[in-house]
Amino acid sequence: MANRTAHVRPFEQVVAEYGPTVLRVCRAVLGSVDAEDAWSETFLAALKAYPDLPADANVEAWLVTIAHRKAIDVTRAAARRPVAVATVPERPARDGRPEDWDGDLWRALGALPTKQRTAVAYHYLAGLPYAEIAEITGQTTDAARRAAADGMRTLRTTYPGGSP
Amino acid sequence: MTGGLFDALPSVDEEANIRLHARLAAAAERDGVLDVAYRTVDSPVGELLLAATGEGLVRVAYDTQGMDEVLAALAASVSPRILRAPGRLDPVSRQLDEYFTGHRTTFDLPLDLRLATGFRKAVLAHLPHIAYGRTESYAEVAMAAGSPKAVRAVGTACARNPLPLVLPCHRVVKSDGSFGEYAGGADVKRILLTMEASA
Repeated sequence: MANRTAHVRPFEQVVAEYGPTVLRVCRAVLGSVDAEDAWSETFLAALKAYPDLPADANVEAWLVTIAHRKAIDVTRAAARRPVAVATVPERPARDGRPEDWDGDLWRALGALPTKQRTAVAYHYLAGLPYAEIAEITGQTTDAARRAAADGMRTLRTTYPGGSP
Repeated sequence: MTGGLFDALPSVDEEANIRLHARLAAAAERDGVLDVAYRTVDSPVGELLLAATGEGLVRVAYDTQGMDEVLAALAASVSPRILRAPGRLDPVSRQLDEYFTGHRTTFDLPLDLRLATGFRKAVLAHLPHIAYGRTESYAEVAMAAGSPKAVRAVGTACARNPLPLVLPCHRVVKSDGSFGEYAGGADVKRILLTMEASA
């Protein structure tokens, strides 16, 4: 019997519990500017669909699945912009804004092939198992594991902060 | 495992969370999918939870009733599309302020009474007719609601009043003149009736 019982958890609690993680994932995949658009689109779509979510669903995997689609939308919209917009300033501002994070890390992440970048973000930031990531990105579990491993290996050499 | 690789990404970015939450609430309101908006306010009788649907105020609850339980009950009985979104509750919060400072004796707000049905709804409908500073007995309210013998049911209807303060169940007292029970606690009932009597 399908577990389609009504959800009794207020959506506010979903935002509080998973919002920060989904933001980290969006930032890792898209950079800090586009990340906020993707986060907003993700949670608005999630709010709309929330009453129909099965009670036993993995909420975090569900949110990352939506975020993955929204990130693709945001990337396509960015590609259509007539003038290229720099995602990261040459010299990252250091004005104390908490969302100001390491430009070198973004550059290193941004240089990865998309499949590696998403696999790294979904596994290491969202904590999703590779089988779950394979579902989201439409590849095999082994391919997802390999993409994450390859991505991490590259990051350790291209991101100065990553070397011990 | 990641060797601190992602330490540069703040795990919790409170400023961004607040900004994004406000943006989400505004977008949800715009798209008509914010089924229940809520906020909390401070008052002389403790923290209050206020919740409204698109139709109107649907729930007022005292801190002592358990905010999480009240929100979970709203999720189950109204909709789980619930967000903390103060804007929709601004008129309620303003009128409550005016009430507590003695500048308001009746509330003028759209109400959503979907949480009460049948006889309980008839009792709630009568409550606004008990004027500020006055009281009625449970028996008098039973009579006014059309069931003179349903005195205990009036007590239940008051105890489960989804909109205490705004629908003034605190003005319903025992026939011997003692205050009796109250959803927000007997002390709160005494404070409210004393405040209204001295205004």
